[in-house]
Amino acid sequence: MAILLAGAGTFAMRASFLAAASRLAVVPPFAQRLLRQIPPAALASIVAPALLRPGGDFGLFQPRLAAGLLAALVAWRTRNVGLTLAVGLGALVALQAL
Amino acid sequence: MRFDEVRAGAASIAPMLVGVVPFGLVAGATPAANGFGVWAAVGLSSIVFAGASQLATVDILANGGSGVVAALAACTINLRMLLYSASLAPLLAGEPLRRRLGAAYLLTDQAYAVSITRWTTEGDRPEGRIPFYVSGGLLLWAVWQASTVVGALIGSAVPDDLPLDFAVPLVFLVLLVPAITSRPAAAAALAGGAAAVAAAATGAGPLSVMVGAVAGVIAGATTEAVAEGRRPDPTGPAL
Repeated sequence: MAILLAGAGTFAMRASFLAAASRLAVVPPFAQRLLRQIPPAALASIVAPALLRPGGDFGLFQPRLAAGLLAALVAWRTRNVGLTLAVGLGALVALQAL
Repeated sequence: MRFDEVRAGAASIAPMLVGVVPFGLVAGATPAANGFGVWAAVGLSSIVFAGASQLATVDILANGGSGVVAALAACTINLRMLLYSASLAPLLAGEPLRRRLGAAYLLTDQAYAVSITRWTTEGDRPEGRIPFYVSGGLLLWAVWQASTVVGALIGSAVPDDLPLDFAVPLVFLVLLVPAITSRPAAAAALAGGAAAVAAAATGAGPLSVMVGAVAGVIAGATTEAVAEGRRPDPTGPAL
């Protein structure tokens, strides 16, 4: 029962705007302004806690933030996902081994 | 069929699987370890299909919470899907309803992130959007189902000293960097990240993504509006 309810609610949220999209073909400028901000806002909200609060505790001097900043540099210069993953994971393993 | 788009969709999702597989193993092993059996794991993965909320559902049920409370918690965690749905809706508005509902079922953090990146920053062709989205989304779906079944059957056998969970923020980082294209986008990212961290500190758990996203959207839109208000002539050179 819980699974069906959770599934129905989650699907409703996923479908919400997509289902109504044909009626929203012309998006007013103020809505476009809000929509434009979603990618950087949402992506940063996923990334920041993982780098700044690993394991649930805030910390600046810890391996995950250092490895993440190094990986961000690689991502910025190369935009290569594979290389970023390799450098980020490699740096984390190396820093944890220290 | 547009095989180049199909291939590109799968190729965009592929690096994300490094982080998805260990998470899927945990999402499968947790219901089994709490005595809910393999079918609960399969049901959660196929019907809810959203990792953090699957774990929260199991956690609440295992601690004696009611089904309604568990479902509400799961839906709260997945509120961010509203934002993703709104963000993708104008880009898929030309598709028939059936396809849009299919796309909605496959909507995840990963499918959203690679699609919005491709459709706003790279060479975008409207007729290629659905093939790109569906191939990436289906690949992620299949790997998620397979890894939760394996996790439910044999447990999550990922060694602790191999921090594969770190692959999750890393792949979103690769998409975040090119998304910061302007000062408002940078404000959205900074405010979003800060608010998400603050929300996590107050115990918001997986809901902190939604809190951060909303704060970031407000900050970005405000920055944009202020920048436009300062400009004396809208047709003049943008600073």
